[in-house]
Parts: sequence; structure tokens; C-alpha cells
Amino acid sequence: MSVLVYVEQAEGKFKKSVFEAVSYAKAIADQQSTNLTAISIGDVADSELKELGKYGASKVLNVSADQLKTFVNQAYASVIAAAAEKEGADIVVLSNSFSGKGLAPRIAVKLKAGLADGAVELPNTDGKFSVKKTAFSGKAFAITELTSANKVIALNPNAFGVKENATDAAIEAFTADVKQSDLGTVIKEIVRATDKVSLPDAELVVSAGRGLKGPENWGMIEELAGLLGAATACSKPVSDADWRPHSEHVGQTGIAISPNLYIAIGISGAIQHLAGVSSSKVIVVINKDPEAPFFKVADYGIVGDAFEVVPKLIEALKAHKG
Amino acid sequence: MKILVCISNVPDTTTKITFTNDNTEFNTSGVQYIVNPYDEIALSRAIELTEGGKGTVTVINVGEAGNDPTIRKALAIGADDAVRVNAAPRDAYFVAKQIAEYAKDKDFNIILTGRESIDYNGNQVAAMVGEFLDIPSISIIKKLDVDGDTATIEREIEGGKEVLTVSGKFIASCAEGVAEPKIPNMRGIMSARTKPLVVVDAVAIEEVTKVTKYETPAPRGTVKLIPADQTESLIGLLHSEAKVI
Repeated sequence: MSVLVYVEQAEGKFKKSVFEAVSYAKAIADQQSTNLTAISIGDVADSELKELGKYGASKVLNVSADQLKTFVNQAYASVIAAAAEKEGADIVVLSNSFSGKGLAPRIAVKLKAGLADGAVELPNTDGKFSVKKTAFSGKAFAITELTSANKVIALNPNAFGVKENATDAAIEAFTADVKQSDLGTVIKEIVRATDKVSLPDAELVVSAGRGLKGPENWGMIEELAGLLGAATACSKPVSDADWRPHSEHVGQTGIAISPNLYIAIGISGAIQHLAGVSSSKVIVVINKDPEAPFFKVADYGIVGDAFEVVPKLIEALKAHKG
Repeated sequence: MKILVCISNVPDTTTKITFTNDNTEFNTSGVQYIVNPYDEIALSRAIELTEGGKGTVTVINVGEAGNDPTIRKALAIGADDAVRVNAAPRDAYFVAKQIAEYAKDKDFNIILTGRESIDYNGNQVAAMVGEFLDIPSISIIKKLDVDGDTATIEREIEGGKEVLTVSGKFIASCAEGVAEPKIPNMRGIMSARTKPLVVVDAVAIEEVTKVTKYETPAPRGTVKLIPADQTESLIGLLHSEAKVI
């Protein structure tokens, strides 16, 4: 038996969340006293693949077939499952990213494996194999026992951290048969905002709510986020009113995030919003209403008008950065 | 066009989540149940795509008889008929297998789910059904247009979006943007009472996961309030005390 980690690339590069998944998978391999193999699909240079060794992968399977250059959920799942079988891997780890969320369930069915998605800690292997995962949209955690022989785990971004574990990674070409019926989806266009930090795996997030009064007032939010290198987010009423895109909506019916720092500006902190952000490590709340429920779960708070506080923060941050 | 929409029965979004029996069971006392909000988006888009005699919408739920009011709500929103697979939903693997077993010989052109249920947040069922039926699955879509046998779909990716097409049968999990959730009108509510709701038996399937315990997030310490006229000191605290910037 061994552990296999799928390393998702974007334009030939691996993101921090991938190195986190490799670090996490390596820790599981250590628990199981076995080795870690990574599998990459698409065009990735050997120098980038070698990077995976830094975090503990001793072997990297490189799949570079032409028909798999862009993401095809079904075909990628087939290739990863085939690699797991060939490597004798009984545990498959991947990032709980947008693509990972599409892949993990298909891999689980192929391997007749239990799936723990949204994992936040290393498995407890004390007799059983249990994984702590988010549930009830961040309002709780479920300790989920994977009772099947094979297991699939999708790790939440920012949950485990990157841990270096220098290993020399041997790179091997890998091919697997892909059925024509596995290639049913065809990508027409990929649009990526390159000047913005992506929200789901951002370490720092600046978020604003109805207290901002209108979309025209987001300039200072973007400036603050830009200075911090943070992603921007918003509350549900803001995306419902089309002040900001739905992709920025965090909360129970938006996306759940767990950044190191979440700054909430002009958001009262309804239970549905808190659900999506409560696993942030540090929460700062800026609100003119001292009774806003958000202050009860905040680490730092400023009771004040966003239109006065935020510009002062921007100035202070500029001074801090020198 | 025949569309199948999978719906979950979930606690209302305002529910305070607590557990009983030594934190091994969700405390259902006093909880209001609703159609999972993302499934409502999927259902609303299915209704839009089939309006004006262009097709039919069937909703399917895996659950016990207590779920029937939620299923009737989906019928009130505008589904034509409903199926309930009579079993307690053990996990996503179990639910997906039941849906796939029901759908495999029914010739649905499109199967839709919500991006995730707001209780277990798996976003697993759609892709698992896709795998059981060996059809394409597209997770977390923001837009769905259908032209004849080809659908054009936008799905979310980190920092952007991907536009893709799929021909033939497929399953997709819907997020915000796919449709505005429809609200049942009085006529819908009246007609929902008499629309067909068929109950079918579940198939047996091996167990692959089991929730053994729940935990609630650790409470945070009390908030450190910074006077508004000392706003700038926050930056120093985030740098040297919290060490996050």
C-alpha cells in the first residue's frame, strides 16, 4: 500500500494549496509507514515537478497526453484511479478546490472508497481511520470514519499548512487508457483574473457588506486588499444586489473560507455569514454598530464608521510597509 | 427534454446547530426543514428550460416519509412529479447510488443537483451519480444554456471561470448565478397536493463512511476593541501580536 496525491496545475504551475496537499499526504504516508507518490496531469516542466520533492513526494507520475492538457473531469478521474491501482495506493489525497470537488467523488466511486471532503486535520488512525471535516457550512465538524479499504481525502485550503520534507522526487512518465466517452466535455474558454488573489485559497481576505452603502464605494476595499495582497469578498445582500459578483459571496450559501486573516467591514455578522468564515484564524470586525453580532466572534474590533476607519487603515498600512 | 433534479431536505439556514447523545447525533428538535437552497437554484433552472411544453421536471429525494413536505414544496415551485427513495440517507455514496439506480433506465437528458447540501457540504452526489451512470459531471456551475443536444456551461475555477460544452446526457451541480430561485405561488401550492409523488425502495449498498461524532468550533476569546481614533494601531497588532501580516 502507498499514498497517492493528485497535484493540480494551473498554467504549468502548482499553487500553495497543492504543496499543502502534498505536505498533508506525506504526513499520512508517514503515519502508514509508506511512501508518497504524486500524479500531475497536463503540461508541467520537470523543474516544477521536482518542487514536489521538497514536501515529501518520492515519486512523481507525469501525465502529458495531448487530450488531457486541459481539465476533463471524467478522464482525469480515470487516470488518477488507474494510477492508484498501479501504485497499489489505498489512500488518495487531493485539494478540495473547484476541480478537486469534481474529481474526488468520481475517484471514490471508481475505487469503491469512502470520501472525506473538506478535511481539516490529519486522520486519526488509532484503530480506525477517521477524518475531521467541516459540516453544516462551518457551523460544526463531523468526525467521519472511512470504513472502506480504499480512502479518498480532499483537504481544505489553509487547513494544514505547507511543511517542508526534502525528498528527491523521481519523475516517471505515466499513461493510462482514456475511453472516448471520458472526453465528453470540451473547454471553450478559460478566463482568469491574473491581477486578483483567488478567494477560496487566499491567506488574507478583506470583505465588506451593506454598510458600504453602494458598489461605488468599493474602491477603498480594493485598495486595502491590494496593499495587503488579500482577496476581496462580500456578504450575501451585497452579491444579491449585484454590487459584487456571486463568486465573492462568502457564507452559508456562498463559499466557506478559512484564511489566516478575515477583515469584515460593514457586515453585521448574521449566523449564515458567520458559518462561512468562522474557521478563519484571526477575525477583524469594523462596524459602527457596537451591538453587531460579529463582534462576539472577532479577535479585534473597531467600532466606527467604515468611511473613516478604512482610509486610516490604508494610510497606516502604507506607513507600515514604508 | 426530461430533467431530473435531486433535492435534499436540510435545516433552515438560520438554524443553530447542536448535537445530542454525546455529540453523535444532530439535534433535530425545533429545527425547520427546507429544500436545500442550491437545489432550489437547480430546480428553478430546470423549470425555466422546460417551460412552455418543452419538457418535464422530476424531483428525486432520498429520505424517509418526514421529507414529504419538502418534496411537496419542490412540486409547488413547479416540478411536474416527484420520487422519494424510501431510506435514511446514510452518506453521499449511498444517496448517489440510489439516484443512479432510479435514473439508469429513465432516459433523463439532464440531471441537476445543488452545488452542495448545506448540512454535510459534500458536493459529492453529482459527480458520484455521473460516475455510477458513466456520464459527464460538471461541478459548481454558474450558468447553463441548452441548445438541442448541446449544453454550454460556465463553471467556477480559482480566480476565474471556465466555459465548456457537453453533448448528450450529463449531470451538473448548480451554484448561484444559474437561476434566480423561484417562489411558489398559490396555484403551485394548490396543485402540488395532487401531483404524483412515487415512493420506491432503496437498493442495498456497502457502507464506506460513518460519522462517529460531531464537534462545534472552539469558542473564541473576547474581542480586543481598538478605539476608532487609534485605528492605525491595528496594523501593528496584526503584524506583531497576531502575526498574520
